[in-house]
Amino acid sequence: MTELKQTPLYDFHVSHGAKMVPFAGYEMPVQYPLGVMKEHLHTRAAAGLFDVSHMGQVMLTSPYGYDKLALALESLVPVDVLGLKPGRQRYGIFTNDTGGILDDLMISNAGNGLFLVVNAACKTEDIAHLNAMLPDHVEITEITDRALLALQGPLAETALSRLVPQVTELKFMDSVRITVDEVEWWISRSGYTGEDGFEISIPAGMAVEISEKLVAMEEVELIGLGARDSLRLEAGLCLYGHDIDTSTSPVEGNIAWALQKVRRTGGAREGGFPGADRILSELHNGAERKRVGLLPQGRAPMREGTPLFASEDSSRQIGEITSGGFGPSVEAPVAMGYLPTELSKGGTEVFAELRGKRRPVTVAPMPFRNSTYKR
Amino acid sequence: MAADIKFTEEHEWLRVEDDLVVVGITEHAATQLGDVVFVELPEEGTTVSKDDEVVVIESVKAASDILAPLDGEIVEVNEPLAEDPGKVNEDPLGDAWFFKMKIEDMSALDDFMSEAEYKDFVG
Repeated sequence: MTELKQTPLYDFHVSHGAKMVPFAGYEMPVQYPLGVMKEHLHTRAAAGLFDVSHMGQVMLTSPYGYDKLALALESLVPVDVLGLKPGRQRYGIFTNDTGGILDDLMISNAGNGLFLVVNAACKTEDIAHLNAMLPDHVEITEITDRALLALQGPLAETALSRLVPQVTELKFMDSVRITVDEVEWWISRSGYTGEDGFEISIPAGMAVEISEKLVAMEEVELIGLGARDSLRLEAGLCLYGHDIDTSTSPVEGNIAWALQKVRRTGGAREGGFPGADRILSELHNGAERKRVGLLPQGRAPMREGTPLFASEDSSRQIGEITSGGFGPSVEAPVAMGYLPTELSKGGTEVFAELRGKRRPVTVAPMPFRNSTYKR
Repeated sequence: MAADIKFTEEHEWLRVEDDLVVVGITEHAATQLGDVVFVELPEEGTTVSKDDEVVVIESVKAASDILAPLDGEIVEVNEPLAEDPGKVNEDPLGDAWFFKMKIEDMSALDDFMSEAEYKDFVG
């Protein structure tokens, strides 16, 4: 058991009454005195501040310029990196040779290079993967001297613009560097809650001061990992290691939207990423199973690992819930999981086995609650 | 608080009411659970043994079980609680009782903690 790491905001969390838990090798706040339910609802109503400094921040640069760098990264991700304009960000995945998913990530064209944000639990492997696979001209730097915050919710812009007025001009998935009083903020208009909001990379030494300023604002409450999970679940967003992993392809994972045309069959830069044979074939022919949204009928939350069956008495398990719980904004249990593609249409009824009892579950479109991104 | 309330190490309270034992969870347990969103109650008339899982209670964070504190029969359950599980956080010692059970020997209650002992137990 290795020692748990702390983010630059550890003392700040404790001083604000956080309950700290081990998560991906870090001691992280799972909730504050407000509690998961109110933290969730506050984020949807106003603005929530999250410490996501445990996530990996990585810069890729190359002396040969952006195009060569983008093409190098495209050998590991099935998305259009070359076409990403300066100051823009997009969602991506690292795939493996069998078409599974090694991690999901955000990719920004930072002008002077590519800025990646990867999952905390995968960051060591991701950086090793980049080092092993990218050509020598690409320099890979893990950014360890910056904290990462997320400010999410309909009043996130109101709050953040008091410190960085320029953020009002940003649109969904813009990703820019703004200097205010000699502090360089790396800000993207994005997040993982289904709300408008921002992800904010700041010098680690400024993290407490900036967080205190934000949390002192009337609109802003601190939000822990508990509500982060229920927010992303309602938004229909995948959690790596649960809803997608090395055994699920992007087509099965229902994130094929992340694969731009240019990388698909017939595109100018078709294939050329690990597992392309399987993934391109599945894009054309479909996959045998698919990640779907699931609405349990009744009030009982259904959590990860709950088996799914086609009928009330069939003996053969056909799928499994990969994430689930109570959706505070939906005011009902919500879940996602895998089902055979022929049973993945909205409205299809299947059965989940919970505490020895089969209970009906309806396949439902995601997000469970409309997202409010500022496009 | 009345002397006829007892506490278990599983953070349940037991109160004698008209020859029945009313069972709920303590404020400490409710706080630890967080916001309760789901309560599944047993059928009235079920015979239970001590430590049987009789109530499923879920918060936004996790699921947990309420165990039967004693052998006996569930004679009444708090149906409105299943419709309004948040009551467990609002009024754990009052409105949010789970079930009433009939037990053979009321003296079995003597083995449980008094309120003062429970306060020491949770520190």
